[in-house]
Amino acid sequence: MSDAETTPLSSGGWVSLLLQIAAQQRPALLGLILLTLITGAAYPAVLLGVGRLFFPGQADGSLVFRSGVVVGSRLIGQGFSRPEYFQPRPSAAGSGYDATQSSGANLAPANPKLIEQVRQAAVAYRKLNGLAAGAPTPIDAVTSSGSGLDPDISPQNAALQVARVAKARGVGAALVRQLVAENTRGPDLGFIGASRVSVLSLNLALDRAAPMSAR
Amino acid sequence: MMLARWLEYLAFLAIVVALAKPAGLYLARVFEGQPTWLDPVLRPVESLIYAVLGVRRGDEMSAGVYFCSFALFSLLGALALFALLMLQMALPAGPADKYLTTPMTPDLALNTAISFATTTTWQAYAGESTMRYLSQAVGLVSQNFLAGGAGLAVGVAFIRGLARTHSPTIGNFWVDLVRAVLWVLLPIALVGGVILMWQGVPMNFAGYTQAHTLEGPSQTIAQGPVAALELIKNLGTNGGGFFNVNGAHPYENPTPLVGFLALLAIAVLPASLTVTFGQMTGRPRAGWVLLGAMVALFVGGLAVCDQAEAARPEHLAALHLVGGNMEGKETRFGVADSVLTAVVTSNGATGSYDAMHDSFEPLGVMVPLVNMLLGEIIFGGLGTGIYGIVMIALVAVFLGGLMIGRTPAYLGKRVTASETKLVALYMLLTPLVVMCLSAIALVAKDGLAGIGTNPGPHGLTEVIYAYASSMANNGQTMASLNANSLFYNATTGVAMLAGRFGLAGLALALAGRFAAQGRLATTSGALPSDTVSFGVLVLAVVIIVGALNFFPALALGPVVEALQR
Repeated sequence: MSDAETTPLSSGGWVSLLLQIAAQQRPALLGLILLTLITGAAYPAVLLGVGRLFFPGQADGSLVFRSGVVVGSRLIGQGFSRPEYFQPRPSAAGSGYDATQSSGANLAPANPKLIEQVRQAAVAYRKLNGLAAGAPTPIDAVTSSGSGLDPDISPQNAALQVARVAKARGVGAALVRQLVAENTRGPDLGFIGASRVSVLSLNLALDRAAPMSAR
Repeated sequence: MMLARWLEYLAFLAIVVALAKPAGLYLARVFEGQPTWLDPVLRPVESLIYAVLGVRRGDEMSAGVYFCSFALFSLLGALALFALLMLQMALPAGPADKYLTTPMTPDLALNTAISFATTTTWQAYAGESTMRYLSQAVGLVSQNFLAGGAGLAVGVAFIRGLARTHSPTIGNFWVDLVRAVLWVLLPIALVGGVILMWQGVPMNFAGYTQAHTLEGPSQTIAQGPVAALELIKNLGTNGGGFFNVNGAHPYENPTPLVGFLALLAIAVLPASLTVTFGQMTGRPRAGWVLLGAMVALFVGGLAVCDQAEAARPEHLAALHLVGGNMEGKETRFGVADSVLTAVVTSNGATGSYDAMHDSFEPLGVMVPLVNMLLGEIIFGGLGTGIYGIVMIALVAVFLGGLMIGRTPAYLGKRVTASETKLVALYMLLTPLVVMCLSAIALVAKDGLAGIGTNPGPHGLTEVIYAYASSMANNGQTMASLNANSLFYNATTGVAMLAGRFGLAGLALALAGRFAAQGRLATTSGALPSDTVSFGVLVLAVVIIVGALNFFPALALGPVVEALQR
């Protein structure tokens, strides 16, 4: 708008200024109500509808079913401790992988508590996977994630668990390695983010390809 | 590895800079009331809204009336949200009462209401254990739009101050607000929200899911209308997450692609406002100089943070681990995305971190802290970033004027004693509020009680971080600080109000003074404000002012921590 078109409200004087400010009560109140309806009611409703129509699986939380039972979400990490399953990262969510209490450990890098936790996790990880004490270990395997619900591990971490899982299931390492590869994703569009292995989908694939009962 | 990280960083910057021009010119058209391709759909809606509000398109406001309208609208929004939060247990839909373990106390509700009405979206609560779905979908989502739009309106009004001559007015707040919401935020949020759902962000009002895990124990999974909040929280440079861990939660950021789009949603509009600024003032090069200064500062912070986080964590060196600092970071993001997100969110007045900053290395977390202390001038908040960087430019003009012995002027607007006073007040408000409140917290029993698991210099950093974040209307936190107490709810609330209305009030007062001025003819003796050397002067001012204000505090916090062995 150019200067010529403007019609100034302000014409000086405190009384006039106060009157002008008082006149803003109506647009403030009605604007809040109207714009809240548009952005806080209509907008979520439209997204809800679009989600139901086009992305029902994602809208419901990317839940994974096995024989009609919800076993988890493709996106949400869950706890695994048995040797025949790939193990996720340490979790600080509740008592571990509590998906109603997402949380990181929030310990400072120099905090003795953190250093001790990581040390213990490294000892346990190496023992479980038959690695020598002091063997190089991927850092994601022994540090807790930001959410406590990280669904992924690094490909390096998965590779170190292959031999143990294959042995526990009594199958060849080649089969397990192939399943790891099938459940590995590279960076998005080739350059965004990191390579990762989805733990739940990998373990589901293992249960299908090498079920424990068939041993 | 380093190459791959920098490829992602530079690709991000390139996209932001490439989109700055088209987006900036679009914003200029929208706020100058020129035709756009969305008009056939939006004009009728706009007219209807004005009819209800009793606003006429040509009505104009002085800076004072503009500010009061902005403040009135924000405070009414905060009041309404406060009321909704206090009554939330009566709202229908989930989650079930048993999961809402954090009581919505009056001080928490007031802190949250102020927080969302000022785009801070500081959260002293965990979403999944505090909020009803409707509190989030209706109350928080709408305030994300409206506070974000109000900030954009103020930014545009500030630009008009420098663009106009002999004008007693700087626009109409209601017109700017409505156009910001309808022409800018809603269309992008609609398209973006659909992309997010496609990528896996949930959008439901179902109860928390009971899953029977592969090993037997059941897992309860929090759900909700996440997609409705996810895009606008970044686009409006608000940043408050649906869940406790914000962008680190796999439902909020299921893929690195979603995280990347979120960062673009944060940075593109504030960056493009430099182009809008150049366009509306008729000095496009002056806008590009400001954008150049932003990019330089952005890369500097990125380099420091990347260096700190990608190195093998020193305190874990004895454990023979391979990789950078992954404590508190998600596998899908790795170090690169986590660093980029920390830098973009801290520069963009947006709290939506995707890694736990409390577990960053001392020099790594110093970068977001400094970004917030500098006042969100690198891209900055939506609308607020542009007046932040122009204030710095005005200090540069003042210093330059002293050096060449001329009355300082910026874009032909004289910077006399009274304008300089407003600029000085603006520059001093952040250190005043942040340092005073931090000092109070460090001597008060209730303040010290917030420092939980990480004592020593790290705890000091957490406290300064909290107030810097509140004052900058950013909202991110070093999460081990226990901030849901009467003390922190009250003091961070004060900082949020000062950061929003104190800074915007000074900016609009200055805009009003500039608008009333004529424009000086450019002479060969004047300090040009559209050259590389002026850009360097702006950078120097940022560093000098930042260092003078905050070096002592930083030295006692992250610097000492980095030096400790």
